[in-house]
Amino acid sequence: MITSMNGISSQEKPLLELRDVSKTFMKDGAEFRVLEKVNLSINEGEFVCILGPTGCGKSVTLQIVAGLLEQSSGSVILDGKEERGPGPHKGMVFQEYALLPWRSVVENVELGLELKGIAKKERRKIAEEQLELVGLKGSESRMVHEISGGMRQRAAIARALANRPKILLMDEPFEALDALTKEEMQIQILKAWEKTRTTIFFVTHDVDEAIFLSDKLCVMDINPGRVKKIITNTLPRPRHELVCRTDSAFCAIRDQIIQLYSSLKDEDLDLVF
Amino acid sequence: MALVADRSFYVLGVILFMIVWQIAASLRLFGADFSEAFSPLAAILALIEMIKNGELIHHALPSLRRVLLGLSLAVVVALPIGVLVGYFKRVEQLTYVVFQFMRMISPLAWMPIAIIIFGVGDVSVVFLLWLVAIWPLILNTSHGAGRVSPLWVNMAKTMGAMDMGILRKVVIPAAVPDMLTGLRLAVGVSWIILVPAEMLGVPDGLGYFILDTRDRFRYDQLMATIMAIGMIGYLLDSANRWLIHKFSWKN
Repeated sequence: MITSMNGISSQEKPLLELRDVSKTFMKDGAEFRVLEKVNLSINEGEFVCILGPTGCGKSVTLQIVAGLLEQSSGSVILDGKEERGPGPHKGMVFQEYALLPWRSVVENVELGLELKGIAKKERRKIAEEQLELVGLKGSESRMVHEISGGMRQRAAIARALANRPKILLMDEPFEALDALTKEEMQIQILKAWEKTRTTIFFVTHDVDEAIFLSDKLCVMDINPGRVKKIITNTLPRPRHELVCRTDSAFCAIRDQIIQLYSSLKDEDLDLVF
Repeated sequence: MALVADRSFYVLGVILFMIVWQIAASLRLFGADFSEAFSPLAAILALIEMIKNGELIHHALPSLRRVLLGLSLAVVVALPIGVLVGYFKRVEQLTYVVFQFMRMISPLAWMPIAIIIFGVGDVSVVFLLWLVAIWPLILNTSHGAGRVSPLWVNMAKTMGAMDMGILRKVVIPAAVPDMLTGLRLAVGVSWIILVPAEMLGVPDGLGYFILDTRDRFRYDQLMATIMAIGMIGYLLDSANRWLIHKFSWKN
């Protein structure tokens, strides 16, 4: 049973569905299977983390959902419709921020709204709301090179949210940050998620991060990349206190994940998480 | 006060150059008859005279007008071409050999053709200036548009941008520093080509005035005109450097 913040149980209606999604790359003239029949469904308002070692295809999965890569077979269904190509209804947050350095913070957040043709006054208002949501109020007019990595990623999240996406896709968004900033950002993204109720699909190789954030964990296996197990995370919310990482319930989930990986073959154990 | 020291060395360089030049003239190194007229002192006096009687303005303005007209037309043509060449790989492949070939030809080689088509006068001069300015603009713009981070392009796609949106919001602004570098190079070569181009039978301009002073045996004025060409060129380049400083984004 997944319970949302206001105590109303979510409707268990799948917003995003991956059906038998496979991906094959050509590498040195040979076919290389990256993803093997990935099946996954994400409910509306859910926070789902996809977790796995380097090379398990978790980022590829996210990019297929985003429409930046095309699957070799299978389908991606969002809100009942088959998805093709990228679009502003699927907000994407990249590990490297992807902010445009010639624009100020607020101008970066306005980008999607400009492309939609929204009037300047209106888009400034929306952008400022989003910046306040991610804790960047007061930094609107600063340039990208003047702000820290954490602030850049906040701006990138605000930019994706400004389009009011049906789903927010996050590709190892906090990997480039130092440990303290990373924890701060994890709390920040939970707060933003609670306020906006946006569905989040989050890629990480950090086990603790995945447990701390998610309602549901999709643990990936390697060679070829596939879903190994889907774990429902019933840790109570709100989880704004990082101390909950030492809870026995938290540790139980972590043990379960570690167990999953230790059942892998020896040569696959030498994996970088 | 490192800055003051730095600045004074720039000025010192100019003064030393003038001193060496003056000594060379005093030693009659430019020949017994010409050395006096070729000295910096004579040139500076002639320059002051030309500024006072309006001759300098009379010839500098048409020159500047021609260069700016040629540059403006080059910018209008070259920037869109450069963006398309940089962004679309096929366009780059189609144009690569032709552009590399064309840019190696001195525009002065086109002089007879320019005169046949446009006749003697302003139009031919502006055409030659345009022809020399487009290559650095096209090549630098395409370089800038071609090395836009794929991450930014992907990001723009997820924001709902199609080709046109990607060009307008990502590729063109990303290429601005390279466009300005191209402009700086274009201004440089235009100003250099101006002098021979103005020897094509126009009735005014700094290039024309070089020949005119020669014909009147006013070598002091000739040197003064050379000085003026150098100074105006330096100012144009400084303006470009300011533009680059002002409009280049920092990463």
